[in-house]
Amino acid sequence: MSSRKRERDRPWIMRTYAGHTNAAASNALYRSNLEKGQTGLSVAFDLPTQTGYDPDHVLARGEVGKVGVPVAHIGHMRALFEGIPLEKMNTSMTINATAPWLLALYLAVADEQGAKRPDLRGTVQNDVVKEYLSRGTYIFPPAASLRLTADVITFAVDEVPSWNPINICSYHLQEAGATPVQELAYALVTAIGVLDAVKATGRVSDEDLGRTVGRLSFFVNAGIRFVEEMVKMRAFVELWDRITRDRYGVEDPKHRRFRYGVQVNSLGLTEQQPENNIIRIVLEMLAVALSKDARARAIQLPAWNEALGLPRPWDQQWSLRAQQILAYETDLLEYDDLFGGSRVVEERTRELVEEASKEIDEVLSRGGAIEAVESGYIKQRLVESNAARLRAIESGEMTVVGVNRFETTEPSPLTASLDDAILRVDPEVERAEVAAVAEWRRGRDAAAVQKALDALRRAAESGDNVVPASIAAAHVGVTTGEWGGALREVLGEYRAPTGVSGARVNAGNGGAAAAEVERLRGELRRLESALGRRPKMLVGKPGLDGHSNGAEQIAIKARDVGFDVVYEGIRVTPEQIVASALEEGVHLVGLSILSGSHLELVPEVVRRMGEAGLGDVPVVVGGVIPEADAERLLAAGVARVYTPKDYALNAIMADLVRLMDDRVSHG
Amino acid sequence: MGDDLAAKVMAADKAAVAQALNLVEDRRAEAHDRVAALLDALRGSDRAARGHRVGLTGPPGVGKSTLAAVVARELRARGRTVGVVAIDPSSVRSGGALLGDRARMSFDPADQGVFIRSFATAGDPGGLSWAANAAVRVLAAAYDVVLVETTGVGQTETDVEHVADTVALVVQPGSGDVLQFLKAGIMEIPDVLVVNKADQVELARRTVADLRGALHNVRAAGVLGGEVPIVSTSARDVTGVGELVDVFDAHRAALEDEGLGARRLGGAVAWASALFRRAHGEHGVATMGGPEALRARLAEGLRSGTSPVALSQALGAEYLETVRSGPH
Repeated sequence: MSSRKRERDRPWIMRTYAGHTNAAASNALYRSNLEKGQTGLSVAFDLPTQTGYDPDHVLARGEVGKVGVPVAHIGHMRALFEGIPLEKMNTSMTINATAPWLLALYLAVADEQGAKRPDLRGTVQNDVVKEYLSRGTYIFPPAASLRLTADVITFAVDEVPSWNPINICSYHLQEAGATPVQELAYALVTAIGVLDAVKATGRVSDEDLGRTVGRLSFFVNAGIRFVEEMVKMRAFVELWDRITRDRYGVEDPKHRRFRYGVQVNSLGLTEQQPENNIIRIVLEMLAVALSKDARARAIQLPAWNEALGLPRPWDQQWSLRAQQILAYETDLLEYDDLFGGSRVVEERTRELVEEASKEIDEVLSRGGAIEAVESGYIKQRLVESNAARLRAIESGEMTVVGVNRFETTEPSPLTASLDDAILRVDPEVERAEVAAVAEWRRGRDAAAVQKALDALRRAAESGDNVVPASIAAAHVGVTTGEWGGALREVLGEYRAPTGVSGARVNAGNGGAAAAEVERLRGELRRLESALGRRPKMLVGKPGLDGHSNGAEQIAIKARDVGFDVVYEGIRVTPEQIVASALEEGVHLVGLSILSGSHLELVPEVVRRMGEAGLGDVPVVVGGVIPEADAERLLAAGVARVYTPKDYALNAIMADLVRLMDDRVSHG
Repeated sequence: MGDDLAAKVMAADKAAVAQALNLVEDRRAEAHDRVAALLDALRGSDRAARGHRVGLTGPPGVGKSTLAAVVARELRARGRTVGVVAIDPSSVRSGGALLGDRARMSFDPADQGVFIRSFATAGDPGGLSWAANAAVRVLAAAYDVVLVETTGVGQTETDVEHVADTVALVVQPGSGDVLQFLKAGIMEIPDVLVVNKADQVELARRTVADLRGALHNVRAAGVLGGEVPIVSTSARDVTGVGELVDVFDAHRAALEDEGLGARRLGGAVAWASALFRRAHGEHGVATMGGPEALRARLAEGLRSGTSPVALSQALGAEYLETVRSGPH
């Protein structure tokens, strides 16, 4: 029999993670993406929507429409899918803490369109565990979050049977620094925690458990070490088959299949010679496309210029074309699995399976995923792995082309006008949304809204499924902030462990980088003598952005060279940052912002520092900050701006020491 | 200037409190006189005399900082102002520290009645931060209650006794090692025992019973006088916190009648003696006639109204004079 097949395989679903400004602008973007041959939609929501706030909440300041589309009520959801029939679409929504609510809004709009629920296809991410570990858009305490996750799953399995009610994410674990083994282990213990929670609701009979397990899907990352990444996918398939069979007794092999979608790695995309990123993206795609036995069900690719700012439609089109060429031009889909029987692939798969099983057992012995989140165990392991990765890049042990090797470059025509090479969200957008949501509230039936919110609170208190009450609330015009507020009242709010306190002190594995750490420690001792006390630094993350890796790595590095470092975790207001700087008596404030809200939040911190009599304490900023913005921040009184191209943490520390020196000599 | 700063501290002006704390952390020789002057000026504080200093100690990971946060919130709800001293260990290798307690203590930044300051243990091996003693005195002059949350390893438990009127040892359910330490007398018996994370209901109940048993044994051996209250709390579900504050208040009220003066004097003597020993070493202590004689001199000086910093400086000058004036 020929190894070539008679028919080509059906390609995976092709999507682009997209959404910005407002519902109308995002709708236009979706329609044009579909015209270009995209076969599904992937909705990016802005941070207020993801964390359950309306655009006019104090924490929403600077964040409205930035990293995604604001959806504050059913009117926005309607506009977002205007002219897009939901029963024909396959929609993935990256939404977690507020997943029950955004699913409710989607179903309410589907009701209005006359779509039948069994015809609806798509995914809500609905994985809060990784929010505590990496992405930061959690709201409620872990146990309450898991209960809401289970609510969405049990509701969907009954009512929207073709929907994927959860996408368990290993993606963000890798972005937070996870090794392949950690990525496998922590994603799978999350899945175990979710399934245990579903079983604990008592709503799923033993016969239905297999069908429920069959609806679980995963959202995986693929990095540049694409051979190992490909093997990782095969290890996932094997481990999931084993877990679902042995732990949950699922008999139907179809229900035990590891179903996954992918966004390939953004962490490894570089600001230097950014055009090289398209090559990285293509290679990473191979990792999840090559094995037929472990191929992704859906793929979305980042854009080449993500390290510079928000990508434009053309940038996203370039990535989509890469998928289409692989799927439609090459002969990949004409063959069976290419690697079955390969000694190297099978051996490496077995190794990953074994090591991951060990780590799974370790977490389970600590009480499972939730316990390991609350105790900070997993977070600490991830923070350490990421620190090791950064040290390897800094020491040259790991090659990153254009960054620590082959740095000389011709001027790139693609970035000739850097400011045009990214998308900018008009600051007027936020003002308009703030006014519009007030208008929306005035136009509703107030009594119906109150009744719906009361019913929602009752469901949350009693342990009933909150999804039906949420759908009813969606229909009468309840807002995202009201939904979040009602559940915050009942379920409480949570602050996750930062993972930095327990991280081991590490100077690196010898060599120039370690010598530089020793030199910096000497500098810090010298500064301590000059200042009378140890130099103290506050690391703050203003706004709603939960991507804390950068802040954590700076905090750890600063401690390793000898700073006393106050780190407060994510989601603090400028007012809180300044109060902390004052009470703690710090010599330096470092802010980290990746959501694009730096122009709103940073100058406010600087202004309030001045008002509090701390005008002489330097403020430095790190994040995805375009050059023109950096100049504006410097003009507003910021002492330094660091962007992804400043990957060498020792160099940043040396720069901070110079900054402190200036201060000592001036005062 | 010292008086001006002290007046503002006593008026709980946050900028002044922060400035005073920066000053007491300053190890440069030229700062010492200013620190002594500031602490002398703060000795007259009526608030400090009436106030309450509570130490929270216990092994790492039992949830001390989250507990400190909910206790502080309860105190605010009862209309009292709160200063918090949170102490984290410094890295021996780098000298730096990650001060993460603030992450678990979010407060309204506009609230003038709560002030949180993190300290690293710095050069003091295992003990309280060098500045913590002075910091507690600064905060006590500004706020009704001062909570001192320590790293809970090594020397800190005995050190915290010297700054706190009430010492609470925080454990979590199933802490068998703490039990053994208490029984063996390795660990000081605290004024209050707290079993935190009582949301683990069954385990917490058993731990409380075990602790009662252990204390009973210790009492039988005649080491311990009165009853040690045991309170179960859950910082997560905010249960037992009101009861804990009541227990703290009761302990403070009992001290009012007897023992507060002696306890604070004892703490001040220990601190002044540590300051003296740090500056002049064993030779200094021997020259002053040995540790007992030194402590007696310090107690006498403190009773007459000098602050520990000024007193250790004065005795230091005397020691140096003795050394200069002839062989010994």
